[in-house]
Amino acid sequence: MLSDIAVQCRGVQKAFGNGGGKVLALRGVDLDVSYGAMTLLVGPSGCGKTTLLSVIAGLLNTTGGEVTVLGEQIERLPGSQQILFRRKNLGFLFQEYNLLPALTAAENGALPLLAAGVSRRNAIKEAKRLLDALGMGDRADALPKQLSGGQQQRVALARALIHKPSLLVCDEPTAALDADTGHVVMELLAAEAVRPERAVLVVTHDNRIFGFADTIARMDDGRIVNVESDLRNGNHAALAAD
Amino acid sequence: MNFVALKMLTGDRAKYLGLVFTIAFCTFLLENQTSIFAGILKRTGSQISDVTDAEIWVMDAKTEYFEQTKAMKDTDLNRVRGVEGVQWAVKLFKGSPVARTLDGKFAVSICLGLDDATLTGAPRKMLLGSWERLREPDAVVIDQAGYVLLFPGEPLQLDRIVELNDHKAIIVGISDASAPFVSFPVIHTRYSQAVSFVGRERTQLSYVLVQPQPGADAEEVCRRIEAQTGLRARTSDQFRWDCIRYYLKNTGIPVNFGITITIALIVGVVVAGQTFYIFTIENLKQFGALKAIGVTNWRIIGMILLQALTVGVIGFSLGSGLCATFFAITLNNLPTRGLVLMWENVIGTGVAILFVVAIASLLSIRRVLVLEPAAVFRG
Repeated sequence: MLSDIAVQCRGVQKAFGNGGGKVLALRGVDLDVSYGAMTLLVGPSGCGKTTLLSVIAGLLNTTGGEVTVLGEQIERLPGSQQILFRRKNLGFLFQEYNLLPALTAAENGALPLLAAGVSRRNAIKEAKRLLDALGMGDRADALPKQLSGGQQQRVALARALIHKPSLLVCDEPTAALDADTGHVVMELLAAEAVRPERAVLVVTHDNRIFGFADTIARMDDGRIVNVESDLRNGNHAALAAD
Repeated sequence: MNFVALKMLTGDRAKYLGLVFTIAFCTFLLENQTSIFAGILKRTGSQISDVTDAEIWVMDAKTEYFEQTKAMKDTDLNRVRGVEGVQWAVKLFKGSPVARTLDGKFAVSICLGLDDATLTGAPRKMLLGSWERLREPDAVVIDQAGYVLLFPGEPLQLDRIVELNDHKAIIVGISDASAPFVSFPVIHTRYSQAVSFVGRERTQLSYVLVQPQPGADAEEVCRRIEAQTGLRARTSDQFRWDCIRYYLKNTGIPVNFGITITIALIVGVVVAGQTFYIFTIENLKQFGALKAIGVTNWRIIGMILLQALTVGVIGFSLGSGLCATFFAITLNNLPTRGLVLMWENVIGTGVAILFVVAIASLLSIRRVLVLEPAAVFRG
């Protein structure tokens, strides 16, 4: 049922370059990403995972097929509406955190609210509250360089969630972290990000985190080759408590 | 997001300070060189400015600037006096006798011979003595810089003897005359006295100083004088600009200063532009992340412009402060007296700095605008 589906991809194609140098990164992708679940997009390097994530996030346009995100076909929106749609509905978690080095953890966490025009004071107050919930309350005034990788990813998670997005897209969130720290970050992601009104899409090739997935979609050579669903029955709270 | 832009700017101290000091250096050089240039050119008309009694200068028809004098006939004075609109007219002599002290120290001087009866054109700013004493036999007034040149290290003192072309002259006053273009002593004396210093020639009348009748337009009076006498007549202001134009056209001064000013601009644009560009490139991932989370291009342009403007304003203020300090220190030195930081140069430099930061930020803006937000997903 479409209302349970946050993201629907049908026959999505994406090509880079022209003529003889044309490379097909996506070759007709069909994928559904459900609300209230964590969907992992896995596959070997170069299979098109990140390209698909960029297309779903509205950062790249397709060359064929249809992508419906939260009921909207983002590509059909005018440029400014696309930006507004992303700002309001999407949260991002990057492999290298991409925190602004000159801003404190709280200021970094507050960025989406600041971009939306919320006052500095209120935005930082909300960011501190969220950092506290993520176990970073005592590091809210620290600069990124004063934080460990895991702590930086937690700040990035606060930034991704602060504006309560309906879709959270995560690009290799544990790739720059050791196994233990990666596990802690995924526990937080499962406990704090997955909500009935939100879908979480994670691109990864880290098989240590597959246990956190509700759905695993495997990609190869620009196509979805296999989808496994209902892996954890959405019981992330229990997982986090383990 | 403004505080984000400013924190990004000041977060990298080395680059931030580098940018500020580049702009400050560029500002200092531009203001300093343009002010000295303007000050030196202004000196070409110093002796014209110092005559406050008369508004019009009449001279030979071919005279182009103050130093270039060709004597007129004595009868030209009466012809000028006969022109409608002239309230009065007096003669002025300009010569260049060699001034020599009893110790043998000497220098070529600028000797101005004033109308014996009225002493029109006498220096009004006196440091010692009185210009009225010019009526005494052999009396001269010398400017302070000239005195220091001829009597180095000695205190200012009246009634000292100098020789002007081997004629005895007594210093009865020391004036604060404006600095001439070349650092010659400026000596004022009576017309008859000056003529005797320089030696009699067939004609001696260098200039006629004219005061128009009250209410008469000086430029109109000039036109009448030229029409009726065939001589050249200029208001003081026009004559000063004639001198400036002559030196601009016929000397290497503008080229010399122009090169320095151009180098300052190029250094400013290149160094500030490059540093700012590198600063932006190093923050490209962060700008990409901002674009991904929904910060618009316009907001990012605003952030970059705010960063550039902040650096520009701080650097410009710092550079202007340094330049003002420089001129405050040099103002009381005799060789650099009269050279000041002019407001016109400050405004001009401000516009130039705006150009520098605009170029610097344009390169960065272009780089950020073409950045695909999807780039943040590429590790």
